Amino acid sequence: MTNNLTWVEVGPAANIPQQGARTLQTQTDRIAIFRTLDDQIFALLDRCPHKQGPLAQGIVHGHFVTCPLHNMVFSLETGEAQGPDDGCAAKVECKVIDGMVRVGLTELQAGLRHAG
Amino acid sequence: MNHVPANIKAAKSRLIVIGNGMAGMRTVEEILNRAPDKYDITVFGAEPRVNYNRIMLSPLLSGEKNFDEIVINTPEWYRENNIHLYSGDPVVEIDRIRKVVISKSGTETEYDRLLLATGSDPIIIPVPGHKLSGVVTFRDVDDVDVMLGAAAKGGPAVVIGGGLLGLEAAVGLQARGMDVTVLHLAGHVMERQLDPSAGYLLAQELERRGITVITEADTAEIVGTETVTGVRLKDGRMIPADLVVMAVGIRPNGRLAADTGIAVERGIVVDDVMTTSDPAIFAVGECVQHRGQCYGLVAPLFEMAKSCADHLTEIETDGYAGSVTSTKLKVTGVDVFSAGDFSGGGNTEEIVFRDAGRGVYKRIVLEDGKIKGAVLYGDTTDGGWYFQLMKDGQDVTELRDTLAFGQAFAGGSAGNPLDAVAALPDDAEICGCNGVCKGSIVSAITEKGLTTLDEVKGHTKASASCGSCAGLVENLLAATLGGEYQAATVKPICTCTDHDHDSVRRLIIAKGLKSMPAIMQELEWKSSDGCHVCRPALNYYLLAAWPGEYVDHGASRFINERVHANIQKDGTYSVVPRMWGGLTNPRELRAIADVADKFDIPTVKVTGGQRIDLLGVKKEDLPAVWADLNAAGMVSGHAYGKSLRTVKTCVGQEWCRFGTQMSMSMGVELEKMTWGSWMPHKFKMAVSGCPRNCAEATIKDFGVVATDGGWDLHVGGNGGIHVRATELLCKVTTDEEVKEYCGAFIQLYREEARYLERTAPWIERVGLKHVQERVVDDAENRKALFDRFMISQQTAQKDPWAERASEGVDAHEFKPLSMVAAE
Ligand SMILES: Cc1cc2nc3c(=O)[nH]c(=O)nc-3n(C[C@H](O)[C@H](O)[C@H](O)COP(=O)(O)OP(=O)(O)OC[C@H]3O[C@@H](n4cnc5c(N)ncnc54)[C@H](O)[C@@H]3O)c2cc1C
Ligand code: HEM
Ligand code: SF4
Ligand code: SF4
Ligand code: FES
Repeated sequence: MTNNLTWVEVGPAANIPQQGARTLQTQTDRIAIFRTLDDQIFALLDRCPHKQGPLAQGIVHGHFVTCPLHNMVFSLETGEAQGPDDGCAAKVECKVIDGMVRVGLTELQAGLRHAG
Repeated sequence: MNHVPANIKAAKSRLIVIGNGMAGMRTVEEILNRAPDKYDITVFGAEPRVNYNRIMLSPLLSGEKNFDEIVINTPEWYRENNIHLYSGDPVVEIDRIRKVVISKSGTETEYDRLLLATGSDPIIIPVPGHKLSGVVTFRDVDDVDVMLGAAAKGGPAVVIGGGLLGLEAAVGLQARGMDVTVLHLAGHVMERQLDPSAGYLLAQELERRGITVITEADTAEIVGTETVTGVRLKDGRMIPADLVVMAVGIRPNGRLAADTGIAVERGIVVDDVMTTSDPAIFAVGECVQHRGQCYGLVAPLFEMAKSCADHLTEIETDGYAGSVTSTKLKVTGVDVFSAGDFSGGGNTEEIVFRDAGRGVYKRIVLEDGKIKGAVLYGDTTDGGWYFQLMKDGQDVTELRDTLAFGQAFAGGSAGNPLDAVAALPDDAEICGCNGVCKGSIVSAITEKGLTTLDEVKGHTKASASCGSCAGLVENLLAATLGGEYQAATVKPICTCTDHDHDSVRRLIIAKGLKSMPAIMQELEWKSSDGCHVCRPALNYYLLAAWPGEYVDHGASRFINERVHANIQKDGTYSVVPRMWGGLTNPRELRAIADVADKFDIPTVKVTGGQRIDLLGVKKEDLPAVWADLNAAGMVSGHAYGKSLRTVKTCVGQEWCRFGTQMSMSMGVELEKMTWGSWMPHKFKMAVSGCPRNCAEATIKDFGVVATDGGWDLHVGGNGGIHVRATELLCKVTTDEEVKEYCGAFIQLYREEARYLERTAPWIERVGLKHVQERVVDDAENRKALFDRFMISQQTAQKDPWAERASEGVDAHEFKPLSMVAAE
């Protein structure tokens, strides 16, 4: 991941359901943006490291999400798989300013540069 | 326009204070303490009165205090300190070039230094009707006067906003005899100060006092022609009201400052000595923004007042460094405390202590061995102690294990929870339900040689009722027996709890628990919001226990049940419309074909359950696909749910030369009766028209096989990995009996089986006899079970596809939040 992130505003945090997630379609992939019960916002690539499960569709509990396909549990803060499982979901930078969610994209994701 | 020279003695600097409120006057007091003769002071206040304690508006409203009791600075005080007070005369303009302020009455006054202490404005949500008479905010004495006027007539009142202010207003109005409803947008009250568990306890206490709390209530409109008559919510509900109090938050009041070109972001921007972007102008209180932070409590502004006064009197100062705040709700008899950041996460760990018997909840969040935040409910005696430890940044590693027991305990033998119970006096009550104290448990253990929890239950009744003290009793056993004690092996639902499925189900009914936070608090959950194992189970148990009343919690369902389709390995979905009894017709088939074409659906397959599966549908397309299927009269087949799946049939007496009963129409009737019901696990049925059993009814959860004179009813069959043939439940003769036995059997399964337990393992666990006794032998019980099933069906039989395709339910599920456009 490059250091030069392009920050894009993707909408109000309030539009993401509590204990739920919405997605952001980038030029190269999809990002899952989660809102926890305590109203914190996190983002991971919407691709489970196990078999590409869409993490945005999982059950959100505490600061974790459970993949909908085979129930691996990932930390929303680090992307790290919990318990006995190995693996790491890719963490995406995000922040909330005045209630609006902003996500830090790479140049490829933002479509500023093209692959190849 | 009259021009008033502000200074009498030219030698003194002239200080003007705009805002005759708590921060402004505290700063003036601090200045007078340091250098009484330094300034010639003039104060402008918009309110037509002296400075009073705004915090005490709540007791003023409830009648616990009168105005004189809440005055801070009397008229004499202003006089004795030679302060010119213009009350009821707000400043309307600051001219920084000429260094004068202009008030509404036209007074122009010169300053050398100017202090802004304009506080904040209550936020008014601009819904239709917000200007009607009878709509007030809760900020000053005038607002309280309006509320008291309305309260004198009694009647219904609505408070919009269940934060600190809103709840205090609600309790005050209730005390004055009004019938109060609190509307709160978030999922629990005071969500900024409290976590869901504490919020739940608080809402429960308010309800006990007769205040109605509606959460997730989004106001659409305030209704009335001249005066208010009610509030309409976005979901259409209408709540009558003669008075509406808006308490949805505050906004720093930086208007004057902004108009004159001083830097204002969310609040007036100040540095550590409260100087604004103009070095002659200062600001304190709720109107400021310091290091990016705005405050809404008095503690920070008192600290600001000190730094500002130091600076204005030229005393060496470290300046204001920002505040850590704590909150207490000022409602007599309700103890709530919160401080710091208790959201958890990061490298934090949380200590959760719940005592359901006393209604106590404590959650302390630690990071790097230090307290980062705390929420206390029911017992706030240690709030101050935690707050101090937190502000001091003290390392509490040594105290960790007993921190939740509070300061008194920490003073004694720090150590582990076993020492904690050991330290309890003999007359300490352990089991609140049965009134058993520690002494009697310990003597029963030693005298009778008890070694297990069950034995203690048997002998003393401790933990034999609600079971919430079981943990304490186990600690007592361990403390008394030392190494000899082996904890019993109940299999908890998951690591969030010590309860197993059966005890949770029992306690939901016994204690009347009707929401997820209620269960988690009352049954002492160890995590704040459960996990993917317990939440779906609890959601089902609540639905089953309180049909029509409990509102399904989507976020606690697996994705398939949340979006009403089956997720596939590539993240697309499959869609299976219901085909009653496996029957279809050209119109339905045409609609299915059209949908497959229109949405480019790659695979169309006939399922083992006698219907058609459309595989590979994109999530965004789901609502449109459903809309088309709905239009052709089809509804969800629930092929994705822990619910009734299919009813397979053979062609039966309708066509088959062997058939002895109408199996197709029986299948259709059973499916029409049972579709839409949520179950512990998936549930499949089949009806065969003769014992040749072409519909394979004997590997179904409920199988019906026709005989010459009636029907054989089979239960507990299963295909899948462990094939299990059904057992014969009984024989019946009429069609009506088939339906009643079917409904009764399903209801027994719904009420007794554990979540994710199919009928086969359930019947193996409880025995066929257990089922027969309840469904076959006891006609009255069968009827009661059937009735309960049909009551639950009244609210369950709503097509989830139609709700999403045309009523906009859960629209957020089917649209990305945003897309990044190509450059
Ligand atoms: C009902 C209620 C209960 C509360 N309970 C608590 C509590 O329990 N604990 C706690 O810590 N805090 C509590 N607060 C918050 C606390 O009262 C405020 O933080 C505090 O009063 C803010 O002080 P301030 O001086 O910044 O603003 P204020 O006290 O509001 O003073 C600002 C004054 O400036 C005046 N003003 C505004 N513009 C002009 C102008 N242009 N010209 C002249 N005058 C102007 C206003 O009329 C007002 O009188 C409560 C507040 C309310 C309303
Ligand atoms: C994630 C896992 C599973 C998925 C996605 C899945 C999906 C399906 C679907 C879509 C059907 C067609 C049913 C219909 O028409 O409603 C079906 C049928 C069936 N499934 Fe599964 N299934 C799963 C797991 C299982 C398991 C664990 C078992 C065994 C216990 C099982 C046993 C069956 C049987 C026996 C049928 C045929 C039903 C009939 O003939 O009536 N399935 N499955
Ligand atoms: S079960 Fe009997 S009635 Fe039904 S199709 Fe088979 S032979 Fe015919
Ligand atoms: S048998 Fe296995 S692969 Fe086939 S649908 Fe069922 S779970 Fe999937
Ligand atoms: S794809 Fe996520 S756990 Fe298998």
